Amino acid sequence: MSFSAYILKRIGGLLLVLLVTSFLVFGLLYLAPGSPLAFILGPRGGTPAQIAAVTQQYHLNDPFIVRYFAWLGDLFRGNLGDSIVYRQPVSDLLFSRAGTTTALVSLAAVIIAVVGILAGTFAALRGGWVDQVVSTLAAIGLSTPVFVVGVALISLFAVGLGWFPTFGVGSGGFDTIWHLFLPAVALSVASAAYLARITRTAVNEERTREHVQTATVRGLSPRLIVRRHVLRNALIPITTVLGLTIATLIAGAVVVENVFALDGLGSLLVKAILQRDFAVVQAVVLVLVVAFVVVNAIVDVLYTFIDPRISLGSKQ
Amino acid sequence: MTEPLLRLDNVKATLRRRRSEQVLLNGVSFEIGQGEALGLVGESGSGKSLTTRAVTRMLDPAFRVDGSITFDGASVLGMNASALRKYRQKDVGMIFQDPRAHVNPVHSVGDFLTEALVRDRGVDQREAERRAVALLDEVGVRNPEARLRQYPHELSGGLLQRVMIASVLLAEPRLILADEPTTALDVTAQSDVMAILDEQRKARGLSLLFITHDLELAAACCDRLAVMYAGEIVEQGAHVYDTPTHPYTVELLGARPDIDAKAERLPVLTYNREIHERLKAEAMA
Amino acid sequence: MSEQAVTEQASSAQTQAPAVAVKSDGEHREPVLRRILDRLGVVGVIASVVLTVIVIAAVFAPVLAPYDPNFPDLMGALAGPSADHLLGADALGRDILSRLMFGAQVTLAGPGLVILLSTIVGTVLALVGAWCGGRVDAVIIWVLDILFAVPGIVFGLIAVAIWGPSLFTVVGGLAVAYIPYVARVVRGAALRERNLPYVSAAWLQGHSGFGITTTQILRNVQPIVIAQAVSSLGFAVIDLAAVSFLGLGVQPPTADLGLMVKSGFDSTLRGYPNEAIASGCLIVLIVWCVTVIGDRLISNARSV
Repeated sequence: MSFSAYILKRIGGLLLVLLVTSFLVFGLLYLAPGSPLAFILGPRGGTPAQIAAVTQQYHLNDPFIVRYFAWLGDLFRGNLGDSIVYRQPVSDLLFSRAGTTTALVSLAAVIIAVVGILAGTFAALRGGWVDQVVSTLAAIGLSTPVFVVGVALISLFAVGLGWFPTFGVGSGGFDTIWHLFLPAVALSVASAAYLARITRTAVNEERTREHVQTATVRGLSPRLIVRRHVLRNALIPITTVLGLTIATLIAGAVVVENVFALDGLGSLLVKAILQRDFAVVQAVVLVLVVAFVVVNAIVDVLYTFIDPRISLGSKQ
Repeated sequence: MTEPLLRLDNVKATLRRRRSEQVLLNGVSFEIGQGEALGLVGESGSGKSLTTRAVTRMLDPAFRVDGSITFDGASVLGMNASALRKYRQKDVGMIFQDPRAHVNPVHSVGDFLTEALVRDRGVDQREAERRAVALLDEVGVRNPEARLRQYPHELSGGLLQRVMIASVLLAEPRLILADEPTTALDVTAQSDVMAILDEQRKARGLSLLFITHDLELAAACCDRLAVMYAGEIVEQGAHVYDTPTHPYTVELLGARPDIDAKAERLPVLTYNREIHERLKAEAMA
Repeated sequence: MSEQAVTEQASSAQTQAPAVAVKSDGEHREPVLRRILDRLGVVGVIASVVLTVIVIAAVFAPVLAPYDPNFPDLMGALAGPSADHLLGADALGRDILSRLMFGAQVTLAGPGLVILLSTIVGTVLALVGAWCGGRVDAVIIWVLDILFAVPGIVFGLIAVAIWGPSLFTVVGGLAVAYIPYVARVVRGAALRERNLPYVSAAWLQGHSGFGITTTQILRNVQPIVIAQAVSSLGFAVIDLAAVSFLGLGVQPPTADLGLMVKSGFDSTLRGYPNEAIASGCLIVLIVWCVTVIGDRLISNARSV
């Protein structure tokens, strides 16, 4: 399959998933107890002007299906509706918040890749007590929820030792990385532990492969064998897991942003849920789903570069 | 008499387990001279592959190896890490049974062929590729330039085994160890690959240790045969195929199906450990 | 496997365990304790013992807990560990140990319910898909793929957005989120079983697809189902506690470990880390035990 055909196919799949999730997200509003109008306006009631605005925005006078397609049409035009709480277009809110979440997830992904792969490789190649220590730490890391790590890190490094700022995202550039470092570490602990485990298993498995014997008997240097024949091949399972992990980080960010009081999409979502700001909830959920699917697609493409036996679009 | 290229003298390999020890090679001795081919035959588990592994020092660390293995006067068992690497790089080349498993699937054929030259011997990449192409052509691979860009999974088993042979020849070793190089291939590819191996070896005057359980094949392309049973060589020499003397060899040769005669039922080997031990005791007495 | 054996086994399948479908060495079974040790290993046994102690402490909390978990003693607020309060008191002067014991009830029961629901629905979907194949299977896979696209915790949050914050809302949302993980594993296992000769033998004997699936395939994939359930339990504990931590799950004053980490966090910022440390460690311990046991079960289920 050619690259462009593959991309088209993936975009088609993405649109389909979006269509279905958007339908679900839209439909859920009508599963809620009470009338949509009462639900959207909540206990605050609302002025007649607000009622009229909401009725118009959600096409409440039209049948369900018509309403859905109208909403979908708005969606494609980039109109995600207005936030009742913030009194501004949802798309503006998303734009102002997305940066923080993206930075947080990217930083965490880098930490996971570096720490996970290094620790796992080290454990496998060194063996002995290094292996024991890494495996034990990985088991503990895997069992520790994001918010527990977050609380521990803030208490220890921000409040206790004062090495890092406690809350907020800083003023851009290095300051932002500085502010996002602890949150990113919190977000990456469990995933890095998991990746370390996978890497360790993969490296150990690859080392016993027959083609590694071939390389050894040809007298290649041990370092070259590890790099070109063990690690290079172990990258295949590692990439798969890393991709899946980054996709789940998007959900983990919801929790971390709340622990560290960062104004990203996750904290926006939680606030919107608590304040029954439904247009915002719908939009953030859709964004999270898109991000998840896109990350998975990127991993699939990456995969074909790492494993020559797999071609685009083929499931092994 | 000149010193043989490879000499094994009373080589024992013992697998150390937590409580027990198991002797898997029990006093193997043979010699291979410069340009000579020795066929090592025997049933599965008799220690043929183990012997090649001992020669290349590829045995698992759980094995203890006793006796002596000498290559061109140097003790293989006594080599330090760098001497061992040099020995593996320049002196011996190993062809494995299953090329599919023994060639790394993620690197291209060209990378596989040239990596040893480029990375360890400092040969220029273009020069290495030129030599690889020339060799592929010699071992009967058509369109060698295109093959270099392909990946192992895109090649057939027979073709891949030729690539493996070429990779060994590229290193210009003095001894080739071939561990059932045709067993994993389909029948038509088998004879081609064997013919190429035989031809290249003779043309270059290389020594060969050829492992197989195909007696005919071993007899056809080797100067001498050695028959293994239970980790020991029971009989060896140029006479083995035509005039065997050891009871096991006699039975083994008798068990081959004959293409000209119709047999009701092939004979079953009656030789076993018990007889083996008794014969050994008698020979000692 | 002879045909007669298949008939016998299959007919006895209605009343008792069909031995034909179980790949174990029927007669000579080792003593139960020995087998458990073999299967779980030393670490697994430690995890099981610790988990059992926690479960007993949680279940019998009403009897064992030294204090009423919700009884405030504002004079003793944020007290450190003492003979009266072994782990100290929280910001409202409630006994932390008692709250841990009651909190563990919620932290174990909620995820238990999530896993129970998702395992039942997921297994049914997987078995239907694996047996029917074709279009039915395709539709089921498609639905599962879509569920996969929504991260687990987000499902819980969506449910909260609609029905408001409560334990049961979150449990319902998470149960849906966990369905595809169960279904994917079980479907794979069921497909492998379906292609084994004993299934075609039973089919030829005239047994219905429903009968074969429920009595034989289900029985054979059972170890995998259980292993998957146990190891997902760890994730469910984490997810549910996280939602409670965000204030969207269990509502105060009910004791819950996630909530305790949250209130403990506030106390920590004022210099009193007791509650956060105690509740955080307990969550980690529970998840660790469950994950270890789940891992052992999975490697056993695979090696059968």
